[in-house]
Amino acid sequence: MEAGTPTEPERAPEAPGAVIPRHGWVTRIWHWVNAVAVLILLGSGLGISNAHPRLYWGRYGANFDHAWASLPHFPAWLTIPARYNLAISRRWHLFFALVLGFGLLAYMIGGLVTRHFQRDLRIRGRELRPAAIWADFRRHLVFRFHDERDPRRYNLFQKLSYVAVLFVALPLAILTGIALSPGMNAAWPWVLELLGGRQSARSIHFITATLLALFTIVHLVLVILAGPLNEMRSMITGRWRVPE
Amino acid sequence: MIRRRTILTGGAGLLLAGCDRVIQQPTARKILFAGEDMQKGLQRALMDRGALAPEYRRDQMSPIFRTNGTRNPGTPEYAALAANRFQDWRLTVGGLVGKPLSLSLRQIGEFPARRQITRHDCVEGWSAIGEWMGPMLGNILKAADISTRARYVVFTCADLYGGQPYYESIDLIDAFHPQTILAWGMNGRMLDIGHGAPLRLRVERQLGYKHAKYLMRIDAVQSLDNIGLGKGGYWEDHVDYDWYAGI
Repeated sequence: MEAGTPTEPERAPEAPGAVIPRHGWVTRIWHWVNAVAVLILLGSGLGISNAHPRLYWGRYGANFDHAWASLPHFPAWLTIPARYNLAISRRWHLFFALVLGFGLLAYMIGGLVTRHFQRDLRIRGRELRPAAIWADFRRHLVFRFHDERDPRRYNLFQKLSYVAVLFVALPLAILTGIALSPGMNAAWPWVLELLGGRQSARSIHFITATLLALFTIVHLVLVILAGPLNEMRSMITGRWRVPE
Repeated sequence: MIRRRTILTGGAGLLLAGCDRVIQQPTARKILFAGEDMQKGLQRALMDRGALAPEYRRDQMSPIFRTNGTRNPGTPEYAALAANRFQDWRLTVGGLVGKPLSLSLRQIGEFPARRQITRHDCVEGWSAIGEWMGPMLGNILKAADISTRARYVVFTCADLYGGQPYYESIDLIDAFHPQTILAWGMNGRMLDIGHGAPLRLRVERQLGYKHAKYLMRIDAVQSLDNIGLGKGGYWEDHVDYDWYAGI
C-alpha cells in the first residue's frame, strides 16, 4: 500500500500543504463498509436491548434474577427501526453482523498481506518513552494531530485506539455475539466457557458496543477538529493534504 | 464549522432514519431477510448434525423459571382437559406417516425418557436453565413410520392466537436431534400449565419461541407453504421472526 511509513524518517518530511497518498484502497473500502455496519449494528442493537433492558452475569438471567444493570429505554431516534419491532431489529442486526464479521476478516488478511498493519499500526519502543507520550499529548491539546517531522505517521494515541478497536473491541463484539446463538453454543461450546456463560456474554457484548460507540464519537470529533473535508477526502480518494 | 459538523453527524442520523425507508423496498427487504438463510447455512456448516447444546448441573439451574407467551390457553376445551388432569388428552401424530398415532400421556410416558438440564433463551434476551424430561421426538416419529417424503414437522398447539391455534415447525435435522424431546416433566415434576402442560417441544439449539407448548398435533409434511401463512409458525407468519432461530 502507498501509505507507507519508513522505520526511521530517512527522507525529508512532506511539506505543509503538499497533497500525499494517505490511505490504501483496502483501508478505504473496509472503513466505509465497517462504518455502515457499525452504525446499523448499534442502532438495531439498541432496538433489541429495548426488548429486555436488563443485564446479568453468569449462565442464566431473567426477570426474577439479580440484574447488575437496568438499561434505559432507548428513544426512537437512536433505534433501528425507530418504532419498536424486535423482529426487524434482529433482521438488521443479524445481517450486518455478517458484514461486520467477514468484513473484518477480509481486512485482517488484507492488512497483513499489504503490510499496512506491520508498517502503520506497529507501536515502536521509542513512541512509548514518557517524553514521546508527553509530546504527543501536548500536541493533542493544541489540536495538532501530526508530527511535523513525519506527518504521514499515525500518532501514538491514534495507533493505540486503532489497535484496540481492530484487535480487541471488534473481535470481542463478534465473539460475544456468537456466544448469544444457541446454535453456535452447540457448535462451539468453548466460546461460552471462555466468556463465563450466555448472560455474561450478553453483558460484555453490550459493554463492548458502548466502547465502540464512544470510539465512534471521539473519532468523529477528531475528524472535525483535524479538518473534516481533508480527512474525508483522504478516506475516499486516499489523498491527504499535509496540514499547515 | 457548524455545517461541517452537521454533514458528519447528520450523515449518521440519516443512515439510521434511512434504514426504515430502505426496508420498505421489497428488494432490500428480501436481501435483508436472506440473512436468515446465511446464518442457517453457516451454522449448519460449522455444526455437527448431532452437536449437543450445553447441559448443566442441578446447582446451575435458575431458582425461578419464568413463564412466557401463553400462560394458560383458557379455552373451554383446554380447561376441560386440564380439569381431568389430561387423562382425555391425546397427541395426534399424522401427515406423511405410515402409521398415524393417537397417544395418551400414559403411552407417551412408556417411551424411554431423556432427562436434560438445558438453557432456554428467549428471543428478547433473557435465559433460564431448567430440567426437562420426555421422549425423543425422533422415536415417536419412527413409531409413526415417518415417510421419506417428509421434510418438516409441524406442531399444532391448544392455545389460540387471533383465533388460530399457535403453531411452529422444525426440519428433520432438528426433529431427529437427540436433545429434541417432547417434555412432559420439568424440574422434577409434571409439566405445569404455565410452562405448557401436558406436553411441549424442546428444541435446544434454537430460541424459545420455537419450543411449542400445549401440543395437540404433530404432522410430518413435505412443505410449509399451505400451512398458516406459509412461513412455518405463528410469529414467522405475523411478526417477521426468523423461521431458523439458531441465533
